[in-house]
Amino acid sequence: MFKLEGKNVITLTVNGEKRDVAIEPADILLTVLRDQLGLTGAKPGCLNGDCGACTVLIDGWPVKSCLMLAAEAMGHQITTIEGLKNAPIQKAFVENWGFQCGYCTSGFLMVCHSLAAIHPDADEYVMEEWLQSNICRCTSYEEIRHAIRSIITSA
Amino acid sequence: MIPFTFDYYRPDTITEAVRAYKELEGAGRFPIYYSGGSEIISMARVNNIHTKAVIDLKAIPECTVFENNANELVMGSAVTLSAISEANYYPLLTKACGRIADHTMQCKITLGGNICGTIRYKEALLPLLLSDASVIIASGNKLATIPIHEIYNHRLNLKKGDFIVQFIIKNKYLSLPYFHIKKTKNEKIDYPALTLAAILDEGRVRLAFSGLCAFPFQSPKIDTAWNQEGLAADAKIHEMINHLPGPVLNDVYGSDTYRLFVLKTTLLNLEKELEKMPCSN
Repeated sequence: MFKLEGKNVITLTVNGEKRDVAIEPADILLTVLRDQLGLTGAKPGCLNGDCGACTVLIDGWPVKSCLMLAAEAMGHQITTIEGLKNAPIQKAFVENWGFQCGYCTSGFLMVCHSLAAIHPDADEYVMEEWLQSNICRCTSYEEIRHAIRSIITSA
Repeated sequence: MIPFTFDYYRPDTITEAVRAYKELEGAGRFPIYYSGGSEIISMARVNNIHTKAVIDLKAIPECTVFENNANELVMGSAVTLSAISEANYYPLLTKACGRIADHTMQCKITLGGNICGTIRYKEALLPLLLSDASVIIASGNKLATIPIHEIYNHRLNLKKGDFIVQFIIKNKYLSLPYFHIKKTKNEKIDYPALTLAAILDEGRVRLAFSGLCAFPFQSPKIDTAWNQEGLAADAKIHEMINHLPGPVLNDVYGSDTYRLFVLKTTLLNLEKELEKMPCSN
């Protein structure tokens, strides 16, 4: 049985690299990524699982890092926005003006990236289901929809 | 963000989990079994729960099993809602899971977590009640298989230290015609004013509800009222309301009057849908 009692150093696999972090068992993944690893792409928004600004991928699936313990992420592949290197969805967001202030953008990118990988043939219903996990207060929804649609149809 | 500290345990076996709970409980650590964990973190964040130890069940193989064999569907309690939806072995359960929180949260919330959590709606429970699921419980040093209607009767009757390992559904239920609808006050992603699930089994409709009373329920009396022949829908609905197992919820997500209005209109819709079953909604 794995035990984490008090503050300890654990190893996380982030964007393909092994990274040591010193955590309390109650630390959430979001703060560990931001404060210890300097990966500030995942944003603190509602901190309650509602807004999606903190979305990262765990083994390729989107997860809100504000509602995941860092300890839980041990043994899994964590991908943050910093791990996307010129992914098609990033280009699609630029070309389709899929952002305004940009605060929600990394969360949306992670969801869209995951969707394109898992369901490259997603229909409108599936796209809507996935994108409803994130909130854009600048209301760029239509442009974001165009962006994901452009890479789904080109897949 | 969580305003207190706790220790984290991830057992590899059921025995280890049960033993850890017993030891931590004995040591005054107020342990909590942890599966998806989203509700525990959000409750802890605002000091609505307190613990000094969480026991994460996700490394226990029996809790993550997910298979549809020749006779039954076996779902570990730590299987996520999104995994259930993706596999789509049981379309009614897929529908129910797809309307709990949002898609990204469904990648974290587990079947066991939705049913054992403190949030009252437990919408994944409705298809399990309708299909007379069996529940495998880790209880002390043994596993027990218990009908879901025994382990859940308006509340979950788990003893301290017990946890749900698996849910098992007979294959005959997986392909029955069904109806599922979730009505919310405003936003699509919200707690229900009413969630109604129904199956048509050998010409008889079975119904299960969430958001109507303070707990989800399936009631033989309500089923009997609905299945009466020669009675107009209005009269059947009136009789069903008389058999509700508790007061109708009256809160910020919907007044009691509103919820009853939603119930009546939804049942009238169900009547129409039944005419063209097999169906989905």
